[in-house]
Amino acid sequence: MIEFNKYYNHFNVLSSALIIISLLLLMFKGLNFGIDFKGGTLIELRSNDTKINVSSLRDKFSQMNLGDVSVKKFGSDNDFLIKFENKDDKKNIIEEIKVNLDKSFGNNYDFRRVENVGPKVSAELLKSGVIAISLSLAIMLIYIWVRFEWQFSLGAILALFHDVIVTLGVFSLFSLEINLSIIAAVLTIVGYSMNDTVVIFDRVRENLRKYSDIKIFELTNISINETLSRTIITSATTLLALLAIYFFGGEILKGFSLAMILGVVFGTYSSIYIANTVLVRLRVSQKTVLREDDSK
Amino acid sequence: MLYFSKLRIVFITIFSLLFVLIASSNLFKFDDSFFDKKINLGLDLQGGSYLLLEIDNEPVIEQKLQNLTTTIRNFFKDKDIRINNIKIDKQNIFFKVSDENKQKVIEIFEDENSEINPYYPRFKSHQLEIEDTGLNIKINFSRQGLINLKTSSQDQAIEIVRRRVDEVGTNEPNILKRGNNRILVELPGLDDPMRVKSLLGKTANLTFRFVTQNEEDRFGVEKLEYEDGSEEAVVSKRIIISGENLLDAQPKMDTQNNQTIVSFTLDRVGAKRFGKATSTGIGKQLAIVLDGKIISAPVVRDTIASGAGQISGGFTFQSATDLALLLRSGALPAPLEIIEERTVGPDLGQDSINAGMIALSIGFLFVIIFMFVKYRFFGLITNVTLIINLFILLGVLTLFEATLTLPGIAGIILTVGMAVDANVLIFERIKEELKGEKNNILAFDGGYTKSRTAIIDANITTLLAAVILFFMGSGPVKGFAVTLGVGIFTTLFSVYFIARLFTSLYVTKNKNSEKLI
Repeated sequence: MIEFNKYYNHFNVLSSALIIISLLLLMFKGLNFGIDFKGGTLIELRSNDTKINVSSLRDKFSQMNLGDVSVKKFGSDNDFLIKFENKDDKKNIIEEIKVNLDKSFGNNYDFRRVENVGPKVSAELLKSGVIAISLSLAIMLIYIWVRFEWQFSLGAILALFHDVIVTLGVFSLFSLEINLSIIAAVLTIVGYSMNDTVVIFDRVRENLRKYSDIKIFELTNISINETLSRTIITSATTLLALLAIYFFGGEILKGFSLAMILGVVFGTYSSIYIANTVLVRLRVSQKTVLREDDSK
Repeated sequence: MLYFSKLRIVFITIFSLLFVLIASSNLFKFDDSFFDKKINLGLDLQGGSYLLLEIDNEPVIEQKLQNLTTTIRNFFKDKDIRINNIKIDKQNIFFKVSDENKQKVIEIFEDENSEINPYYPRFKSHQLEIEDTGLNIKINFSRQGLINLKTSSQDQAIEIVRRRVDEVGTNEPNILKRGNNRILVELPGLDDPMRVKSLLGKTANLTFRFVTQNEEDRFGVEKLEYEDGSEEAVVSKRIIISGENLLDAQPKMDTQNNQTIVSFTLDRVGAKRFGKATSTGIGKQLAIVLDGKIISAPVVRDTIASGAGQISGGFTFQSATDLALLLRSGALPAPLEIIEERTVGPDLGQDSINAGMIALSIGFLFVIIFMFVKYRFFGLITNVTLIINLFILLGVLTLFEATLTLPGIAGIILTVGMAVDANVLIFERIKEELKGEKNNILAFDGGYTKSRTAIIDANITTLLAAVILFFMGSGPVKGFAVTLGVGIFTTLFSVYFIARLFTSLYVTKNKNSEKLI
């Protein structure tokens, strides 16, 4: 049996530090919102001419007076991702760019993907993203509240907050782009982290009913160990699936799968080291679950 | 938990086979229409354009208020009530009326059978609101009045949009209302939406009006630019004929001077008015105005009584075709603005499908190997179940003709990763049970029973997340919610019916063996 409970305090300090650092990052560095949430234009360009490269594209785009244009390689050497804000909300901007690029590069490129999100739509998308995440947290809170005692609910929610905030913190630290699919990933993380926590909690509750003489400090450790191989196997298969998406699923799914990978890692960690320590700190005992049984 | 009746086994087998069969209809063609269903590919996988249009209702409101001022003036004139200083300011109509008539005017507006202010009994609201500000009377659209106005302009606009898109002839466009002032246009297979965009961006308000030198025209005049921006001309506000009078418009080649033109035919009313105007206006310039710009202003040489005419204006064949199309499909009630556009080229779509399939195969392989190494025989059971699960999932998606997107494929891969969870929970529990229980059957039974609450709780949390995502997410992300959500149900089915059936058959056969798992 691994003595997870020996490190409860250490990891609580670490988690608190991670959360504080993440919050500071989110406050002062902020998130790198993609055009979905900031508005603007995105062009994925594929060239079949070696003359077209990041610097020549940057040159051409800077001559077009589009403001701040970002040009980056996108996966392979002849794919590029061009993004700009389209501040004046110009119409027909794509056609203008095409005409301009045709002049210098002829027909040796094509636009594989074009996205243009107006300021109104991006504001709405951001709002509904925030609502979706808040709503999912609230619903999880209620669900756990209904199924378990409030101490469990609090533990699960703290674990969820930890996972969401630290994942976003990593995205802020490395300036990774936040777009619609990241919101989907965060929601799935919420579901996954909850799933993981619930399985351990279910065992904790069962053991609480079974043993009246074991303190919660020991009991959580027993429960974590009993469910440990399941925790490892499920995390492993989920991570294997996600790694397959990350490495083979194409550029578009990279951010999504990365967020999910982070979420699964943090989710597994927090189920053990946050959710359970909350139970310990709130001195959950057999009485807590028996009272719940009586009231039912 | 381990007992299966014969009937149940038959039912499970038939049910699974049915979905495998439905799933396979994506690969083969079935004559039967029930089986001939396919998963729709989202725009991100098959390539295509997604356009979100917003109707700018402000000009419509202005126009309605403008018309209303005339109506109000005439209406009260008949009732011998003098309306003074009528003016429009910020979507409000203001006018003055003598103190003794004030109450009467307000009563007329607030009467449920009011002729001038329609009442909607369903919403308990009038179209217009009236308020006595002390200085004057203020009239503006009520909340319900505005909603009605918006819905009706949306209804008209979606009809025109549909006609225009249909004329371009893309395959199976999807045109839907969004809210009460937006229209969503999905154009599968279209990788260059430029033409559609330029067609939808035009209101196509066509009028024929005389060019006038006389600034004192009875109907008022306005200065309009030519379309090429070269010159300006003063044009009367009197409309001879408008787009509504057109029966047909077609691009043509004028053989005399080798020019592309748009020829049109007018309805009866239009033909009559056009004939009258051309007979009285010989020698005058008749401006053809489209969306506030003059296309051309030919000099009237003859009376045209046939109701047929032509527009020339230095068109290319393409621009003549587009103009004819716009004229045939009619004018939009209000300008449309494209507020969101997402276009994916067909080759990127195909690349995404390939990448998704490779990721799915590899993820699947990883999981299968892992499970086999970890659980041997029971790993095999899990793996066979996983394969059937995947077919059932595809079968359900096919049955409902769901739309598969790239994030949707990611959802399937994730389902593969998470689907083993339930089996793992069960197997681990059985292992624990076997520590204290020597009877295999009882231990397996206990494993299934005791793991059930955890499995259900765990799946419900993921399902809740998927449901929220489905309702809050848009476009491709919705596809992820669908596969993730449906995946949970098919997983539970395959774990509790298929995997349990296999396990039960194996355990009853080897009930006395040691170390089964």
